[in-house]
Amino acid sequence: MTTPAHEITVEEIFESQEQTGFRSFLAEVRRWPIIPIFILSLVVICAIFADIIAPNERDKQDLRARTSAPFWKAECGVEPDGRKQTPTFDNCRTGGNKYLLGADPLGRGLLTRIIHGARISLTLAAVSIAVGTIVGTTLGLMAGYFGGIIDEIIMRVTDIVTSIPYLLLALIIVIVLGQNFGVIVLVLALASWPGIVRLVRGQALQLRELDYVALAKVAGSSTFRILYSHILPGVSNTIVVATTLQVGSIILAEAILSFLGAGIPPPTPSWGSMVSDGRSYLNSAWWVAFFPGMAIFLTVMSFNFIGDWLRDKWDPRLRQL
Amino acid sequence: MKSFLIRRLIFAIISVIASTMIVFMLSRVQGDPRYLFLSSGYTSQEQWDAWGEQMGLDKPLPLQYFVWLGKALKGDFGNSIKSGYTSREMIRLYAPASLQLGLAAFVFVILTGLPLGVLSAVKRGSVWDLIGRAFAVFGQALPPFWLGIMLILIFAVNLEWLPPGQRGGWSNYILPAITLGWLASAGMMRLVRSSMLEVLDSEYIKLARAKGVGTRAVIWKHALKNSLIPPLTFSALIMAGFIAGTVVTETVFAWPGLGFMTVAAINDNDFPVMTTAVMVFTIIYLMTVFIVDLLYGLIDPRIRYS
Repeated sequence: MTTPAHEITVEEIFESQEQTGFRSFLAEVRRWPIIPIFILSLVVICAIFADIIAPNERDKQDLRARTSAPFWKAECGVEPDGRKQTPTFDNCRTGGNKYLLGADPLGRGLLTRIIHGARISLTLAAVSIAVGTIVGTTLGLMAGYFGGIIDEIIMRVTDIVTSIPYLLLALIIVIVLGQNFGVIVLVLALASWPGIVRLVRGQALQLRELDYVALAKVAGSSTFRILYSHILPGVSNTIVVATTLQVGSIILAEAILSFLGAGIPPPTPSWGSMVSDGRSYLNSAWWVAFFPGMAIFLTVMSFNFIGDWLRDKWDPRLRQL
Repeated sequence: MKSFLIRRLIFAIISVIASTMIVFMLSRVQGDPRYLFLSSGYTSQEQWDAWGEQMGLDKPLPLQYFVWLGKALKGDFGNSIKSGYTSREMIRLYAPASLQLGLAAFVFVILTGLPLGVLSAVKRGSVWDLIGRAFAVFGQALPPFWLGIMLILIFAVNLEWLPPGQRGGWSNYILPAITLGWLASAGMMRLVRSSMLEVLDSEYIKLARAKGVGTRAVIWKHALKNSLIPPLTFSALIMAGFIAGTVVTETVFAWPGLGFMTVAAINDNDFPVMTTAVMVFTIIYLMTVFIVDLLYGLIDPRIRYS
């Protein structure tokens, strides 16, 4: 015989529920992608507070410290392999660790520029994804809900955009219209909207057949109202998951553009162009190309992990690959 | 089936016209291509006009496009402004390098993505699964240009095992092939893994196992064959992506291919080459998608065209 029922008080029930609530919360947290969330928070903090966090001035050149080594390699007067340090590697004048991760070919601190690069990268990705999502969602809703000729036109235009080699088109647009924030946002948004259109259209096609949409129509709702407050909420999960899954590839696309010299123009630091700066110094200073690329890699990987996690949680139907 | 083909053909023609038109118009927004040759003070008005006539710049812009299109239909895609070669010669000159690189990368995809996908599905939760998934995660997050540079740093600069770039013997292909192929291989691995898992869970595999077929035969004969439908079609798209997407790899490894050529043409505002190259890429993509659709129907008779 176990404990009789009457001995359990109301408080105990509440307590036990609280405990299981807390425990299930803990169990839930344990499934969160902790490391990616940590890395991303770090990147976001860097992006927001770049001016405060960055140890050096962003664009100030220090030619005596150019391509100086990271702190663990910088020794006064001696190169890591024991040779006498050449003047270009003179890092001790500044105390050895003024530039924690070393300096680029113009003597600007790499860490500082990576921190500022986070701001550029994230801002561009966020704005262009917002633009791409708004355009994509609007077109997708219209195509799915209205059907017929509107659907046909929107989908064929989407198909045509997908069939043009993206990177080349992006390069042409940036070079023709100029390397500024607006143009690059436009180009990156171009990469994101076709996918969103297809997803949203597919779901809107299903949703418009449902009874509550028909009822809303009978009740006299306007088309805009049906789209906005009856169909949009039904696809919002998909949109959130799809956009999160896209962030990584948009950041990669931005990095590729700036690596090819079609990104935000210098001296504004961008991770892709920083890697490009380091290409010619692989022999003498690998860190110039290494650290910015590492920043791209970690950020993109974190976004991918979080996107996968959100998809499994909110919209497992999207799981295809 | 017939109406499907006709609709596809019409759509393909519209796509090619639209993409070339966009590129053609954009190239003119960039400025008069004649400025490329302008040596100030030494160019007279007559020469300027003669150039214009020679390049067909004296006509209005939309007409210029249709003149180009009309000639293109007859096989004349215009001459490169910079080098004087015809665009066709340019493509023929640079295409082999791109094709070879694409092929090498494809071999890399088949050699890594396929076995890793099968292994991680069969031995789910084992070390192999971990390796396979790490391979996929890395492939999808590594910036290709950085991957290429780091491979050069490790294998060409530090270890001095492989050449750092340019065409040459077989060893020149290894690093570019990995750089170009890893992302696609990651996609391939995930696709094979998920489709293999699905098949392994099906009734007929259970039956095969129940009637005593050996594990190896079940996996490599019964399961793999049927789980290859999605990867097979994906691999066609990979090839199309390689041919158009080699820009970054070719830049990093100084590889004289189509991507390299097109980027140079974009920077020089060499509009005939630029437009022709984009047209070639668009046609390759459309043809591949078309072949993929047909393949689907051939492999899986349940699919009907509408």
